[in-house]
Amino acid sequence: MKNIYPLTAIASSFLIALSAPAKADEDAKLVVNDEIEMVTETAAPSHLEGLDTIYSGWTFRTDETQSLQMDDFDNPAFVFVDQAMDAWDKVEGSAEKSCSSCHGDVMESMKGVRAVYPKWNEEAGEVRTLVTQINACRTEQMGAEPWGYTSGKMASMEALISVPSRGMPVDVAIDGPAQSMWAKGKELYYTRFGQLELSCANCHEDNYGNMIRADHLSQGQVNGFPVYRLKNTKLNTAHARFKGCVRDTRAETFNPGSEEFIALELYVASRGNGLSVEAPSVRN
Amino acid sequence: MKTLNLAAAAALGLIATMAAADGVVAPADVVFEDGAVEKSLTGAPGNAANGPDIMNKGAGNCIACHEVSALSDLPFQGTVGPSLDGAGSRWSEAQLRGIVANAKEMFYESMMPSFYKTSGYIRPGDEFTGKAASEPLPPMLSAEEIEDVVAFLMTMKDE
Repeated sequence: MKNIYPLTAIASSFLIALSAPAKADEDAKLVVNDEIEMVTETAAPSHLEGLDTIYSGWTFRTDETQSLQMDDFDNPAFVFVDQAMDAWDKVEGSAEKSCSSCHGDVMESMKGVRAVYPKWNEEAGEVRTLVTQINACRTEQMGAEPWGYTSGKMASMEALISVPSRGMPVDVAIDGPAQSMWAKGKELYYTRFGQLELSCANCHEDNYGNMIRADHLSQGQVNGFPVYRLKNTKLNTAHARFKGCVRDTRAETFNPGSEEFIALELYVASRGNGLSVEAPSVRN
Repeated sequence: MKTLNLAAAAALGLIATMAAADGVVAPADVVFEDGAVEKSLTGAPGNAANGPDIMNKGAGNCIACHEVSALSDLPFQGTVGPSLDGAGSRWSEAQLRGIVANAKEMFYESMMPSFYKTSGYIRPGDEFTGKAASEPLPPMLSAEEIEDVVAFLMTMKDE
């Protein structure tokens, strides 16, 4: 008799896990500018044991929010992409160079870059995010000041560099020299931080599709970052979102650009291997 | 110096006596049996009328994860945990007290936060500031609040 209650509860939570995640429109397809066909749902990469199918955060949003990403004229992120276009050509620093001095046309030279970051940099002997690579370029090649990790200028440049990779599958390498950072990121993902004792997995692996108060939980994929959020009307970086999530577990959070968050970005990005690069995306 | 220590010890003793007199069980002293807690944490019955406020945002925020039809005036009820409708028919008072105080005692690895626990956290923070905090932290719900929630849940019987 004593065991009946827990067993009933286990059985009912099992049923919840089996039921399909609730989505606004199961059959909605994301095609941007009537041209770029995005993969928003696909088989999970083999390293990912907790999920069979991976879904872009786009699939969890309302019809209205979804439609904003379907045309660059409607996507508010492109205001910031335009600003970054100017920054791309702007000469800065002691070397008197701009990004375009070395890299030419961003739409050509940066094709495919966003899809493979974070990425091991052999020369530097470290895993670099798009942000740390941009700042390495600024300080080492241009002789310019680095930008703040989650600053508006940086988020805009990340968005611009992502544009020519849109529609390409995320393909982050997790083996070789990046493996130890990837393993560190995986450990962080499953660690229950803070007074609420919540891991990334509690919400984004075990409960995607469910509501946590007014929030419709997604899988926490980062293929759309930086994202324009209707909530704060600006571009948001992955590390700023990580910081907010860890803070919301009533934990001492980590700083953007920390080794922990670089490891976490690498791991979370790898969970989305096979989804299309959507950045800059639109979310609520 | 010695007098000071004695005074401090006497003060501590007084606080302990007062707590005992109040009948409040400290978080570290709660006795769980198969996940249930037999004795009231305050030594007195809770007030069900206070339950809905505590279960809303800012206190327990129970409805962030659980649906409660009786509180349908509170918007955006969550679906992470089971509905609490009929909880008072499914569980005994002692079981509900145990689950609200520390659900992980009954459900291994439950996602539900432990509301009457003060230490043993990984990178504990100062509420939602993102800044570090030292343990012991104040429990997220007081003994009295837990008893009020339990009393409210006990009113939620199957039709």
